[in-house]
Amino acid sequence: MGLATFKGGIHPYEGKELSENKPVQELLPKGELVYPMSQHIGAPAKPLVKKGDRVLVGQKIGEAGGFISANVICSVSGTVKAVEPRLVVSGQMVTSIIVENDGLYETIPHFGEDRDYTKLSKEEIRNIVKEAGIVGLGGAGFPTHVKLTPKDESKIDYILVNGAECEPYLTSDYRMMMEEPEKIVGGLKVILSLFDNAKGVIGIENNKPEGIKKLQELVKDEPRIEVRELLTKYPQGGERSLIYAITGRSVNSSMLPADAGCIVDNIDTVIAIYNAVCKQTPLIRKIITITGDAIANPQNFNVKLGTNYQELVAAAGGFKTEPEKIISGGPMMGMALFTIDVPVAKTSSALTCFTKDMVAAQAPTPCIRCGRCVAACPSHIVPPMMMKAALKNDCAAFEKVNGMECMECGSCTYVCPAKRPLTQAFKDMRKQVAANRRKKA
Amino acid sequence: MNRLLNVSSSPHVRDSVTTQSVMFDVLIAMLPAAAFGVYQFGFHALLVIIATMAACVLSEYLYEKGMKLPITVADGSALVTGMILALNMPADIPLWIPMLGGVFAIVVVKQLYGGLGQNFMNPALAGRCFLLISFAGKMSSFTLDGWTGATPLAQLKAGQSVDVAAMFIGRIPGTIGEVSVIALLIGAAYMVFKKVISLRIPVTYIVTTALFVFIFGQHDLGFVAAHVFGGGLIFGAFFMATDYVTSPITPKGQIVFGVLLGILTGLFRLFGGSAEGVSYAIIISNMLVPLIEKFTLPTAFGKEGKKS
Repeated sequence: MGLATFKGGIHPYEGKELSENKPVQELLPKGELVYPMSQHIGAPAKPLVKKGDRVLVGQKIGEAGGFISANVICSVSGTVKAVEPRLVVSGQMVTSIIVENDGLYETIPHFGEDRDYTKLSKEEIRNIVKEAGIVGLGGAGFPTHVKLTPKDESKIDYILVNGAECEPYLTSDYRMMMEEPEKIVGGLKVILSLFDNAKGVIGIENNKPEGIKKLQELVKDEPRIEVRELLTKYPQGGERSLIYAITGRSVNSSMLPADAGCIVDNIDTVIAIYNAVCKQTPLIRKIITITGDAIANPQNFNVKLGTNYQELVAAAGGFKTEPEKIISGGPMMGMALFTIDVPVAKTSSALTCFTKDMVAAQAPTPCIRCGRCVAACPSHIVPPMMMKAALKNDCAAFEKVNGMECMECGSCTYVCPAKRPLTQAFKDMRKQVAANRRKKA
Repeated sequence: MNRLLNVSSSPHVRDSVTTQSVMFDVLIAMLPAAAFGVYQFGFHALLVIIATMAACVLSEYLYEKGMKLPITVADGSALVTGMILALNMPADIPLWIPMLGGVFAIVVVKQLYGGLGQNFMNPALAGRCFLLISFAGKMSSFTLDGWTGATPLAQLKAGQSVDVAAMFIGRIPGTIGEVSVIALLIGAAYMVFKKVISLRIPVTYIVTTALFVFIFGQHDLGFVAAHVFGGGLIFGAFFMATDYVTSPITPKGQIVFGVLLGILTGLFRLFGGSAEGVSYAIIISNMLVPLIEKFTLPTAFGKEGKKS
C-alpha cells in the first residue's frame, strides 16, 4: 500500500533546504508594533485602548467583534501611540493599534504560569482559547474557538493536526516539530479532552522524516494519538486533501470538516492552544521563515506579533541580491507584497524573497487543452471549462462546471504550459458567485 | 527600498514545461518514424518532410503577418502539424501536393478558426483528407524498393495474407511515417515517459479496433495483428488521436473517444469502400469532442454519490 495521500496534486521545487536546519531564533522588535484589528476571518475586533494608554504583554487590546471574530493581544509592553488605519499584507488599510515598545516586556498578572488543563471544564478551555485570540495559523485565520464548538461535539471522531507543510520554502512547522514536539502533543491532548469520541492524528509529509520520528516517539504511549506519514505532494496540507488522506472521507465546498467528523488544526495553532491553556500565554508570537534566493541568510524566527517585516529581513542579513518579488507566505498560495513595510500578523508564516519573478517572465499564451491542469486538480474539476466561463464572466456556467469546488491551491496554474492565469480568474469568479449568493440569501 | 515590488496573484512559481517544450517533445518522438521512412523510401522522403514543415511554418507566419496578429511560429505547433502531415504522405509524392496540404491545414483548418487551441479538427489530418479527396491517385500510390505495391490492409481486403513481422519492422509499402511499428512505439514511449500524452486514448483506441476486427472480421490473431500494425493505426493512435486540441480533456471522455475511434476505424476498414479508416475516424470523432466532454464532466471531489 502506498502512503496516505489524495488524487491529483503537483511536485514543485521545495526549497526547504535553505532554512530547514536553522533553529528558531527569538527576535525582539526594535521599532513600533502594529496590531491590525482584522487578522482573521470574520468581523474585525474593536480596539479597547486609546492613544496614550499603557499596555502590557498579554493584555487584550482588541475585543472580538462578534462570534466569528478574534481578540487581539499585545505582545510587548509600552504606550499606545495611535489607533489608525495601517497598510497590511493584503494591501488593504486596516484600523490598527500602534504601540511604542518600552523594552521592559512587563506582563499582566499570572502571565506564563503553568496551569493544569485536566482541572478545567470544557467551557473554560474553549473560553481560554477564545480569550487568547487564537485563529487558524496555517494561513486561513479562522477563529479556533469557533472550530472547537461544533454543532454536535459527540460526532467529532478525528482531530487532525496538519503537519504536512506542503507549501514550498516554508519550514516553520518543521522547526516546531523538532524543537517543541511536546507542545504539539500537549495541545492535541487539550483538544482531545473536549471531544470524548475523537482520536488524534498528526499528519506529516514524508519529506520530514526527523519530525515524524520525533513525534512518533512522543506518542507511543498515547492511546488516543497517532502519527501518520503522508506522501509529499502539494497541496497535501489543504484541509480537504488532508482529511481525505487520513480518513478517506471527502469534504466539498458546501461542507465543513465537522460535517465529516473532523476538526483540522495546523501545528502552530495546536501549540498556541497549548501555550494559552497550559502556560497562560495568549497568542503573541509567530514562527516566521525568512527565505528565498534573494535573502543573505535564510532563517526561522520567533517573532512578536506586530513586528515590522523590515526588521526580519535585516535580521536575516538583508538582501544578497535585489529582490524582484516578495511573498508573504510561500510561492503557491502566498500573497505578493509591493512593500515589506507591513506588520507580522497571526496568519503570517513566511517571507519568501525571489530575485526573479517567474510570473512576469512568461506571458500567457492560448490554451492547448493539454489536460495537465485536469490531472493536477485536487478538486477533480476542469480548469479550462472554468476559464471559458470566467473569460465570459458567466457565473452560472462557472457554477455548472463545479467552479465553486476550486480551493485556489494554484496547482493548475503551476503546471500550465501556456502559463495561463487560471487561479487568478477563478478567485475573481468565486468571489462574484459568493457575493451573488449572499445577495440572494 | 524605495521602489515598488512586482505583485501578482498566487501561485508565484511555474513549472518548466511550456507549450514550446511540449511541441518539441512531440517532434522528437516522431523522429524515429521519420528517420525510418527516409532510410527505407530514400532522399525524396526527406524532401517531403522538409517541404511540408516549411510550408506550414511559412503559411502561419504570412497569415499572422498579413492579419496583423502576434507571430506564434516559435511555439512549434506548425512544425508538428507539418511533420504529421508529411509522415502521412507517400514517399514519392510531388512536393507541391503536401505543401498545398500544409497551407490548407494551417490557414483554413487552424488559423481561420482562431489559431492554436481553437481548431475543432486535427489540422494535419484535415489537410491529409483534403489531399486524399483532391488527388486520390497520387495520394494512394505506394512504392517500396522501386515496386508499386498494395498496402497490407489492401491485401487483406482482397483476401490475401500478409507478413506481420515485416509490418512490425516496417518493410511494407505505405506512407513515410506509418510503416514501422517499432519506430513509432519508440517515439510513443518517449512521449509517455515525458508525460506528453497519457495512454488512455491510444490504448482504448487500439484495443477497441482489435476487438472490433476480431468480432466482425476474422477470428484469427494474425488478422487482428495485421489490422493493429497496419494502416497507420499505431501512428494515428499515439500521434494524431492524442492531439490535445481536438481530443477530450476529461479523463472519462478520453476513454469514450478511444472507443468511438476504434469502432469507426473497424467499421470503415471492414465495411467501407477503402481499406483504411484511421484518418476519417479521427476527424469525425474530433467533431464529437464537445459533446463527449459535456457528458463526461468529472465528479468533483467531495460530491461523489451526492446530488448537487
